[in-house]
Amino acid sequence: MTEPFVHPYIPNTAPETRAAMLAAVGAASVDEFYADVPEALRLGRPLDLPEPLVAEQDLARHVTALLAKNVSTHEKLSFLGAGTYHHYVPAVVDEVIGRSEFLTAYAGEPYEDHGRFQALFQYQSLMAELLAMDVVNVPTYDGFQATATSLSMAGRMTGRRRVLVASDVLPAKLSKVRDYVRVHLDLEFVATVDATADVAAVAARLGDDVAAVWVETPSRTGAVEARLQELADAAHAVGAVLVVGTDPIGYGVLTPPAEQGADIVCGDIQSLGLHQWFGGAHGGFIAVHDDARFVMEMPSRLFGLATTDVPGEFGFGDVAYDRTSFALREEGKEWVGTAAALWGIAAGVYLALMGPQGMRDLGEVLLARTRYAQQALAAIPGVALGDGALHLREFTIDLSDAALTAGSVVAALRAQGIEPGVPLGEHELLVCVTEMTSQRDIDRLVAAVGGLVDRAGLDSGSALVDRRTAGLDTGSALLDRRTTPTSQEQYA
Amino acid sequence: MSLPVAPKPALRRFHQARWDEPIIFELSTPGERGVLVTPVEPGVRAAVGDVVGDLPDGLRRSAPPALPELGQMRVLKHYLRLSQENLGADLNVDVGQGTCTMKYAPKVNDQLIATPDLTALHPLQDPDDAQGVLEIIWQTERMLAEISGMDRVSLHTQGGSAAIWANIAMIRAFHEANGEGAQRREVITTIFSHPSNAAAAKAAGYEVITLHPDPDGYPDLAALRAALSPRTAAIMVTNPEDTGIYNPAITEWVDAAHAVGALASYDQANANGILGITRARDAGFDVCHFNIHKTFGTPHGSGGPGTGANAVSEALAPFLPGPRVEREGDRFVVREAGERSIGSVGPFFGVVPNIVRAYAWIMALGAEGLRAVAETAVLNNNYLMTKVLEIPGASAPYATGRRRIEQVRYSWQELFEETGITSEEIGVRASDFGMHYWTSHHPYVVPQPFTLEPTESYSMAELDEYAAVLAEIAREAREEPETVRSAPHRQTVHHTHHDDLDDPERWAITWRAYRRKYFGAGAVGGAGSGDAAADEVAA
Repeated sequence: MTEPFVHPYIPNTAPETRAAMLAAVGAASVDEFYADVPEALRLGRPLDLPEPLVAEQDLARHVTALLAKNVSTHEKLSFLGAGTYHHYVPAVVDEVIGRSEFLTAYAGEPYEDHGRFQALFQYQSLMAELLAMDVVNVPTYDGFQATATSLSMAGRMTGRRRVLVASDVLPAKLSKVRDYVRVHLDLEFVATVDATADVAAVAARLGDDVAAVWVETPSRTGAVEARLQELADAAHAVGAVLVVGTDPIGYGVLTPPAEQGADIVCGDIQSLGLHQWFGGAHGGFIAVHDDARFVMEMPSRLFGLATTDVPGEFGFGDVAYDRTSFALREEGKEWVGTAAALWGIAAGVYLALMGPQGMRDLGEVLLARTRYAQQALAAIPGVALGDGALHLREFTIDLSDAALTAGSVVAALRAQGIEPGVPLGEHELLVCVTEMTSQRDIDRLVAAVGGLVDRAGLDSGSALVDRRTAGLDTGSALLDRRTTPTSQEQYA
Repeated sequence: MSLPVAPKPALRRFHQARWDEPIIFELSTPGERGVLVTPVEPGVRAAVGDVVGDLPDGLRRSAPPALPELGQMRVLKHYLRLSQENLGADLNVDVGQGTCTMKYAPKVNDQLIATPDLTALHPLQDPDDAQGVLEIIWQTERMLAEISGMDRVSLHTQGGSAAIWANIAMIRAFHEANGEGAQRREVITTIFSHPSNAAAAKAAGYEVITLHPDPDGYPDLAALRAALSPRTAAIMVTNPEDTGIYNPAITEWVDAAHAVGALASYDQANANGILGITRARDAGFDVCHFNIHKTFGTPHGSGGPGTGANAVSEALAPFLPGPRVEREGDRFVVREAGERSIGSVGPFFGVVPNIVRAYAWIMALGAEGLRAVAETAVLNNNYLMTKVLEIPGASAPYATGRRRIEQVRYSWQELFEETGITSEEIGVRASDFGMHYWTSHHPYVVPQPFTLEPTESYSMAELDEYAAVLAEIAREAREEPETVRSAPHRQTVHHTHHDDLDDPERWAITWRAYRRKYFGAGAVGGAGSGDAAADEVAA
């Protein structure tokens, strides 16, 4: 080292300070502090890392240039969803979660971190109104984890192993849930009919060994479940728990699952005021009724109201802390740790801004534009809707009769600056419409798909069969392949 | 009085903001709007009709959600006031949250990630349109492989405990693939390793064996050897442990685990003092994880999102979660995880904004900088230990006379025996000086514990200030204990009663539950602001 290494992030690299501190502790060098690290384990060479960019301006230029290689949905017209959604993020949301006080806080107590406790209590409370449920957790990692934990809760509560999966589930979500629960639970898949639950088939497989019926609404294909109450009644009749995985974005207009018999409602909050972030901004919610049997099975922190020495002052604290692994290590419920609190604060700000009318208006825009896109795409000869269910903001189209694969449509439209959706099957494309995709945007997609169909040389006069059933078969085959049992019985 | 201004007193006369904000529901005024939604276009409406009215009865919400109605500025003001009532790491000398490495999260990184080139990128876009972020993910994995010495890295998990889960999930899959899943049913950890090692192992179906240290606080190799057997799936340990003591026999620990066919999993939550000094792989570990939000300078976000980095040997690489970013020539591509992968541990690629921040943090420091981070964190810790041990009543149990790595778990037991003041009470009082303070994970093996981790980020003067606050509170404990017992005095809120938090009949986890339980079934969200009686209690 020719010059002393002094770095702006490390004030005590200043040589005089370093010398003074070593003198204060009576050490000749920092090596003394590592006396317990055996010589054989010392690296003894510099790490092999890229040359650093120690000047902030050089670092900023480098990282900015790297990120500028991306071409975002601001430049491409996107109909992508499948777990991460493009909704508008009000400026106030980013302003609040960008505050140093929230951004850099961590694990303070209810005194010095009163603001964090109140903001997260409010998040719990705002979500509770949207979901019509009395208890919501401080967010866990994401909707995948929330669902895995919700099913695990049902297993612990009932002491049973069987879970009936009544809906089509995103493959990645299913992958997470299956590996998470497989020691304790066995997932059984009940084929859907027209993209929603086959209530009779679910009922036929129910018994007093079923822990939970798991419904996803909207499902992997965006279908909204219409018969939740029947599923709830059937589950409850055998003492099983109805777990509903959902996205809260639609509940300004849609009936919340709690009003249709759901016992545990769970999902992801990315839609509520979080950017897409390349899929990197997810948070999971778990909502239950104010019933200690459920609450005591929740692993996450729950912030509750408390009184203080001063009348009129709201204090906060952890509710039933002794549920958690913080209190009891492996005797707690699963575990709790750093998860997604900042995203919870964001979702709370979002709901406070939107209010009841904003959530209603948004729900209407989603329903209307989705219906519009469905109608316009289905009007293209050879293009059919994947199913007849209600859809909030995502739906599938079936391209079989257009002799087009979903992959070929994606490739062709990307060349036109359009991301038309996510292929789910060979001819099945999942299309997502939000308030960010205007009528003009949808028209552009429809024109582009129509152009492809024309070029595929389809005779527009050919007989179009109803593809719904065929589309369903394709989906089921895919689902079956994904759900091949692995070693679920390993620990039975 | 005229100039000059008198010198400041030795201790900061801090007072936290006290806006006395209501709960947001109490601020609601019917009809106000915080943000408007883009309207349904006439052409769309003409084509689809009344989509809400057309919903089947069972699917159409009957009453709107009882969300508050507020103008935009009032929402902003409310949350900004709450933010002022919160003590982030940027504002305090955040050395009091040991084990959590509350270092500086550089502002430039927050600016860099805010570009629409990242915020507006969808994970399923054409990979050709995501080359920048894919390169950063790939490069960050490589840098962490070098820092850990391991072969392959995943950045998918969203926090340290999530990374611990991925560790045990991979270990489980490894043993199952070798036909030993049914045989290996136990995981061994230590009491001074993070509780999630025990808890995640249990959640994965294992029986957990927790080892206590030897009388001098060092991990007990003989106890480990006695616990290991062909039933052992893995050891899952932290090193240095939460005491700041590095296990000098760590190689022997790993070798002993391997000798019975178990894997060795390394929780590197406490890696900040050993960056560039020693590596997981060199001690023989099969799998390890870093807490990126601790060691690699991403903000802690009021409790997340964090990011975990799981690093593994080649033998474990097939079990890593997916999807994987790979380099093909000068392009970066996305590959689904292979057949033996534990699959997906969360959506897509992990907490991407934090991955980019971590990349920028490492790039701002380089090899020399990372070593300076470690050495300075350790110097700061031993310096602060010297200062703390000068306070009568404070002690550092275990490893007497020896140096510590990056943190110390101290004890106020002597002060407690003398004054009856507990460590928790000292923590509440510390907040009156604008300082955060934490005791310890549970159970309290060290009596009346507190855990300080100075990191590399705080100046000598700031460490002196923190030690001076502790010395002052210790003095108060002896000379005016009521001041400590009745704290806080200079905080947003006053002494809080926690009796309602453990009783299902009384707890109030949401506003609607509170209204229902205490104001009757018909209570609605907005009422009740009138009972916020003005109080004049001096702070």
